[in-house]
Parts: sequence; structure tokens; C-alpha cells
Amino acid sequence: MGYFLGLITVLIALWLGLSWDYSLKPVIASLGAVSIVLSAVLAYRFDILDREGSPYGRLIQLMGYWLWLIVEIFKANWVVIKACLRSTLDINPALVKVKTGCESDLARTVFANSITLTPGTVSVEIEGDKILVHALYEEAAGPGAFDEMDRRSREASDGRRKS
Amino acid sequence: MTEVMEFWNAFRPALGSALVLVGAVLAVIGTVGVLRFPDFYTRLHAASVTDTAAATLAIVGMALLAPSLAIVVKLAVVWLFLFLTGPTSSHALANAAHTAGLQPMIGRLGEDDGGSQ
Repeated sequence: MGYFLGLITVLIALWLGLSWDYSLKPVIASLGAVSIVLSAVLAYRFDILDREGSPYGRLIQLMGYWLWLIVEIFKANWVVIKACLRSTLDINPALVKVKTGCESDLARTVFANSITLTPGTVSVEIEGDKILVHALYEEAAGPGAFDEMDRRSREASDGRRKS
Repeated sequence: MTEVMEFWNAFRPALGSALVLVGAVLAVIGTVGVLRFPDFYTRLHAASVTDTAAATLAIVGMALLAPSLAIVVKLAVVWLFLFLTGPTSSHALANAAHTAGLQPMIGRLGEDDGGSQ
């Protein structure tokens, strides 16, 4: 039920944000209401209303993670931009396996997407709890390079591990 | 307070244009990287500069130039969409190449090795 309400809330916010019509004229507002209810019911019927399809309960943590990730993305961008513009090509590509401590699918998706989103590293394949990563510089993907991202994405999507 | 707002309103178009310009330059840099890097996987890295930094800066610049909040909200939705789908498509490309058996070039590469692919 919480997932359903979360999805409804986000859909209403999206509809209001995109239509930008707060006068709530009956015709337009009822069309919006019908489309929102239809999307929510379809999501329920497709059985995708779970913590992955509607992860809004952890929105604040995920937003915090995202802010951290944006800073990381811009730092990594700088490295790749320099590699693009260097007069003599000097790169050191490598394929590395990264072990992740993320257990749920949501956390793994967040982690693998973060790796891909960061320029210079692309997640190629996931096998069990190992992610195959192609990196532009081997140094940038050495042991421990992804530990902080791993920890933060796990905490953002699953909460702190009880120890 | 009104002085600050006046300054901001005068400054905003210049800042927005500058950010859009920087975004465009970054997109060109990403393209140069795509053309220079030797193999498929490394080219993917250069393309991700265009995906992330260039798109972000261009969208922030456009948001500063936008006449109303409605457009800012739409730009934010576009940005969110880009950041959620960009890595998915990059991963799909890399995964398809890996599954098809394309071997990446490994180890330090100089100019001599590049371009002959």
C-alpha cells in the first residue's frame, strides 16, 4: 500500500510539474486524474509495485547519494577530458572485476549504474556479486577504488547494515 | 534585497549562456575523444563525457535562461531521464560487445597503437 501511495504521489507531482496547470479546470484535471489512476493500476496489475518499482521511501537517502555522485562524476570527467585532449594518446585501459557488498537488486543496480555514469569506467557484466568493469585507466580501477561508492550506494538503497 | 535581485537578473543570462557554451565545448571534446580513442570500449568512455558533464552544464545553463519555472521543471525532468537512461544504454552497448566476444585492448597505449584499429 505504501508503494502504491508513493507512486500515486510521484505521478501527481509529475503531472502537475509537466502540465503546470493549477487552475484545475474540470476537463484537464479529470484527464490527469484518469491517467494517473490508470498508470498506478497498470503498475499494480503488472506486479511491479515493489521496492524497486517504487523506491520513494528511500528518496532522501538516494538524493543524498546522488549529490555525492554528481561531485564524483565531475571529478572523473576532468580526467577523461584531459585524456581526450592530450597531444599524445596516453591511456591504460583494463578490465577488472569488482566485488560488491550490495545484496539487494536495487543496491546492485544503483552501484552498477553509478560505475557506468562515472566517465572512465563502464560496468560490462554482472556475475553474482562481482561486476566486470572496463576502465580507461587501470589506476582508477585498482583495488579499493570502488569501495566508497559501493558502501554509499548500499547504505542509500538498503540502509546501514546492522552490525 | 532588490539590488541583489536586480544584479541576479542582469547576471543570469550571461551565466546561462556561458554554461551552455561550456556544455557545447565539452560535447565537442567528447566527440574528439570518440574519434581519437583506439577501440570500442575506450570510445564509450569518451562518449560518457557528453552524456554527463556536457548535458548537465547545458541543461543548467538553459534553466538559467528559462523565462518561467514551468520550463525549469521540464528541464529537470529531462535531466533526470538522461541520468537514468544514459548508463543503461552504455551498459547495454558494452554488454552486447562483451557477449559478442569483442576483446578490449588492454595495457598502456601510445599514439602508435591507436588509429590502426
